[in-house]
Amino acid sequence: MATATATRRPSRRKARGAGITPWLFISPWILGFLFFTLGPLVFSFVMSLHDWPVVGTRTFIGFENYTTMVQDDPQFWKSLWITVKFGALFVPLNIVLSFLLAVLLNLNLRGTAIYRTAFYLPSVISGVALVTIWAWIYSKEYGLLNYLLSFAGIDGPNWLGDRTWAIVAITVASLWGLGGSMLIFLAGLQSIPKELYEAARVSGVPPWAQITFITLPMLSPMILFTLITSIISAFQQLTIALLLTDGGPVNSTYFFAMYIYKTAFRFHDMGYAAAMSWVMFLIILALSMLVMRWSAAWVYYEGQARKDDADA
Amino acid sequence: MAGLRIENLRKSFGAVDVLKGIDLDIRDGEFVSFLGPSGCGKSTLLRSIAGLEELTDGAIHLGDREITDLPSAKRDIAMVFQNYALYPHMNVRKNMSFGLSLNGMKADEIDRRVKDAAETLRITELLDRKPKQLSGGQRQRVAIGRAIVRKPQLFLLDEPLSNLDAGLRVTMRAELAALHERLGVTMVYVTHDQVEAMTLSSRVVVLDKGRVSQFGSPLELFHRPANLFVAGFIGSPKMNFLPVRASGADGARVTVSGAGFRQPLAVELAAQAAAVDDLTLGIRPDQMRIGAPETGHLTGTVRLVERLGTESHVHVALEDGTALVIITDGTHPGRAHDRVGLTIPAEAAHLFAPTGEALPRKLDPDTERLLQV
Repeated sequence: MATATATRRPSRRKARGAGITPWLFISPWILGFLFFTLGPLVFSFVMSLHDWPVVGTRTFIGFENYTTMVQDDPQFWKSLWITVKFGALFVPLNIVLSFLLAVLLNLNLRGTAIYRTAFYLPSVISGVALVTIWAWIYSKEYGLLNYLLSFAGIDGPNWLGDRTWAIVAITVASLWGLGGSMLIFLAGLQSIPKELYEAARVSGVPPWAQITFITLPMLSPMILFTLITSIISAFQQLTIALLLTDGGPVNSTYFFAMYIYKTAFRFHDMGYAAAMSWVMFLIILALSMLVMRWSAAWVYYEGQARKDDADA
Repeated sequence: MAGLRIENLRKSFGAVDVLKGIDLDIRDGEFVSFLGPSGCGKSTLLRSIAGLEELTDGAIHLGDREITDLPSAKRDIAMVFQNYALYPHMNVRKNMSFGLSLNGMKADEIDRRVKDAAETLRITELLDRKPKQLSGGQRQRVAIGRAIVRKPQLFLLDEPLSNLDAGLRVTMRAELAALHERLGVTMVYVTHDQVEAMTLSSRVVVLDKGRVSQFGSPLELFHRPANLFVAGFIGSPKMNFLPVRASGADGARVTVSGAGFRQPLAVELAAQAAAVDDLTLGIRPDQMRIGAPETGHLTGTVRLVERLGTESHVHVALEDGTALVIITDGTHPGRAHDRVGLTIPAEAAHLFAPTGEALPRKLDPDTERLLQV
């Protein structure tokens, strides 16, 4: 026993003596985090407690920005509501469509690789280029969509100029980026052993039940991930709406993120914009936590059973 | 319950013919193994019976029904997969009942079946666990349980023991035999392990390159292999082969001799065979005897002695380089570089025609009786 401690001691001393070396190795990340993440985070919170014009005097006003937002700013509630509407359209569609596309691509039909690339392509092109393409598609007079509709005898609406259709048009354009979620689902599908489906076939499990009771539970961690990232990107929706409609018509696509952006860079009220950013952060945080809590009921993790066993 | 009849079954993957016309007649209640090296088509054959592979040609009958074009679910079969194929997110009970409940079986009937199967397989206390929480042997039991609850006419087992460790494999082997005895249902078992095939089966199908090489009882394969492939495949260490020439024939007795033979060997066949000159002589390692140099039929040099305790495997090289293995007693004093004489008992010799077909040899009546199932 005595010899054991005696031999262990020097190695402990050595570990302690390592001192600054390990920190040096992780310092690039730590510095990056301090300057580009934590710093701006704290700074924006400080900003949100001020009346902070881009030029001019900054005055500390405490939580006044926050109270104004909730009590005296109908635009805050309106833009939040528009964002929620958009999320309610975008999140389910993004998950369902990317899942269905992944299932189709997983059938190993001819040309799968080409389709996989094609579906992922919009995810790698610049947002501005994407919006330009969609602006042409949606254009009332010379747009591709209305041109195609004209063959069916339909006189297409002014997609981006109509209060009902504009948000739908933006949702559809946003769905172009579903290649990422599709790839995640596809990877998940390919990791499900094919014997599970063969065993199901032999036991007479119909195809719909194979998807419901085997595929969906096995993909549940990917569904959860996609759900949370979709909610986040729905709240942060800015580029497409800003370039396609600039919030119009009649502010019907004036998203929350756009309101923040315009408050900061058009109305130059940095303090108020920072406060709204914090509110957005808290909403996303709360939603993510709710979803995570709820997910315990339906997400199955490969490693979970072992953990349950250890807990029991 | 039902027997299984397969006629001219063919299966090709593109230009590759995997099964080249399989004909089999498996009796009701029989335990039959498909045995062969990897790539011989045994798994494809099993999957074809299960309806998981589309046939290129041929017909499959289960009992008096033709099931060739029926979907898997309607064939009245159950299958146990090599890697168990348990649904990882369902507990054991759900794994076993999943298929039944979706096919509209009443809940109390499902419960009864699951309970019975769990008792048979001694997994009752595991019913609420997930597959991850089970050992390999327990998972295998659950996979078998999932097959039992279907009460199928035919069990298909695809190398079910190959993922288990050696000790567990022996235990599960005995349990499978007991299960077959108890259920009395026809079972078809795929394996590359000849010990499993020999110990479990009433009859074994030896497959070679997509063809049935021989279909017979385990002892039939061992004592009367139909061809060189079966002779070389069954038995470990494998049978020794020597090229010989027939020097004379007297009725069913053929006298053969080869390079380095000190004296000819007179082999008694079951029936008179067509005269052929070039033959292959086969002799099992445990039948050859080692003696002093310049005695017996052949002389060679010991290359290696493997001591297994109960027996020794003596590797001998003949003058022309032919390598032979002889099994002798565990305390045999032979060492590498020793010169030894080898004796081939005529009654233990197998003869094969140049086509590879065996010339059926005469067996003593006791062995002959054992070959019949």
